[in-house]
Amino acid sequence: MAADIVLQVSNVSKKFVRGEIHDSLRDLIPAMAARLTGRSRPSAAKKDFWALQNVSFELTRGEAFGIIGSNGAGKSTILKLITGIMKPTSGHITVTGKLSALIEVGAGFHPDLTGRENIYLNGTILGMKKAEIDRKFDAIVEFSGLADFIDTPVKRYSTGMYARLGFSVAAHVDPDILIVDEVLSVGDVVFQNRCLERMNTILRSGATVIFVSHNLRAIAELCPRSILLEHGKVTAAGPSQLVMDTYLEHAGAEGRQSASKEVGISRVKVRRSNANSVAYDSGEKIWVDVDVDCKGPCEPFSVVLFLNDEKQYEAFHTSTEYLGCQPIAMKPGDRFSCTFELDLNLAGGTFYLGVELFRFNNEELIHVFYPAQTIFVNTLTEVRGVVNPRPKVTAFELLRPGEPTKEAMKR
Amino acid sequence: MVESLQELFARRDLLYMIAWREIRIRYKQSVMGFMWAILLPAVIVTAGIIVRYGMSVMSGKPISGQEIAGITVKGLVWAFFAGALRFSSTSLIGNPNLVTKIYMPREIFPLASVLSQLLDFGVAAGIVLIVFVITRLGASWQLLWVPVLLFITVALATGWALILSAACLFFRDVKYLVEVIITFAIFITPVFYDVEMFKKWANLLMLNPLAPLIEGFERTIVYGRAPDLPWLAYSSAIAFVSLVLGFYLFKRWEPAFAESI
Repeated sequence: MAADIVLQVSNVSKKFVRGEIHDSLRDLIPAMAARLTGRSRPSAAKKDFWALQNVSFELTRGEAFGIIGSNGAGKSTILKLITGIMKPTSGHITVTGKLSALIEVGAGFHPDLTGRENIYLNGTILGMKKAEIDRKFDAIVEFSGLADFIDTPVKRYSTGMYARLGFSVAAHVDPDILIVDEVLSVGDVVFQNRCLERMNTILRSGATVIFVSHNLRAIAELCPRSILLEHGKVTAAGPSQLVMDTYLEHAGAEGRQSASKEVGISRVKVRRSNANSVAYDSGEKIWVDVDVDCKGPCEPFSVVLFLNDEKQYEAFHTSTEYLGCQPIAMKPGDRFSCTFELDLNLAGGTFYLGVELFRFNNEELIHVFYPAQTIFVNTLTEVRGVVNPRPKVTAFELLRPGEPTKEAMKR
Repeated sequence: MVESLQELFARRDLLYMIAWREIRIRYKQSVMGFMWAILLPAVIVTAGIIVRYGMSVMSGKPISGQEIAGITVKGLVWAFFAGALRFSSTSLIGNPNLVTKIYMPREIFPLASVLSQLLDFGVAAGIVLIVFVITRLGASWQLLWVPVLLFITVALATGWALILSAACLFFRDVKYLVEVIITFAIFITPVFYDVEMFKKWANLLMLNPLAPLIEGFERTIVYGRAPDLPWLAYSSAIAFVSLVLGFYLFKRWEPAFAESI
């Protein structure tokens, strides 16, 4: 068992020093002189910042492992420690085998060099030998789909092309451990899928993959197990679905707005018929329970429910008013609750649910609770985008004008 | 330290590639292309010849062909040494992406700078060699010293390059300091003159570890004489210590590179 552990991170902490740092001799020499002569003014206390605290986890060979966390949670730091770019302040990291990281694809590219030259340059940077690149060159170019531009300087590439070439090189390194950080956010859907396929291939070949992202959909598809990093600490570990639930619940909690006025939303709960969840299948029926408390006198209002996608575009909104309910008139001490039923005809992805208390007659916004809940809709293969209008192919024929008969190809 | 050296050896392809990149970019961006390899040495050699001509006019002794050949040799070595230090000192801060985002033995950057300068030196030296053959400058067995001298010079440059590149990363003003020192150092290094001209002060000048090397190149190539062995031993010792210390310090400071750059 122990032999199969390819990465062991035990009690790793990383401290960054903020505050008085001399980055030029011009500053350092006077400071040192002052210290020597004892005339040093008590300098502002150095502020230590712990980017990671006592992080531990283990990876076995062939495992796909996800690291989830919002920005600034320490995801990048842990990767830099694993790859050896930085050293931990305390704790140990043991890596067995060849490690390759896609922390930022194309980081080693030079804009003035051509695609071909950059493949060689980046390949060696990522740890390949020249002979190895010679061997894999055609496969790399083929994978990137950039054969026509391979002798063009990469400064003329678009961002997407740049990322594709970078990923193509990195994906052919054949590492024992592959670290992937947020690369899939670049490139079109077709290429993203190819990246996922490629990572699956790498996994099947027996390598270990660490996947860091807030692209929850991709993590769910690839990694059975993950950890959640929050403020430099591991707050959840285990099966990805559970870890993701914790992440989404916490993300919801952070967006909570306290009801400062007389009336406010006290609770929003999303559930399927029997149980709470944050992950649903497309087309599933869900219920949203909204509770409202009233502390002081208030005018009648309606409850608005809306859903935004990952990019914060509105997927839809509705309200009790639109749905034919009377405005709600509450007296201090009253409690009100309502439940919305929705058919979740959404394409796969992450959505943010919000609730508002709104007075339609004078357009007054009384209370916003957003994101009240983050929900995760499982990917469908048949649609991309925001909605799932349940498309079907009802006719499928090829017309060729030169020929007398119409040749139909029934699907 | 042994492990670090093994790792460096394992990544030698990367070293060649980074050096190749440095050369490729330098030549790609300029109309003159490969002329850059000989431009800077040519300027230094020309300046040296002018200075020497001025001296000969003052003293009334005509300038000899050997003296011109000597200045050419010394100018080339100096151009390599100064270039190696100049380019290596900015080699880490010039590649922030690679230092902060991808792991690799970082000594590759200063080493690649030295290597690319060595290549430029090779081009310039090749041209000079052709000139020497045409002018029938005599060859002797003493030329066998040249690889030894070159090796020690490269070792010295590499040791200093390692320290300077790291120092430039931690302290932003070191690179200006390096420029100033390189500009000034040509006066305390026997490039335009010979140490013998200074008679009893000659030994003081030889304390500059580059001086015995530069003098050695001139003596072996132009005059067919063996280098001054005690002074050469002194330079070798300094070069060895610089190299070992440079590598040791570089490796010690390396973990802090990514967060300090």
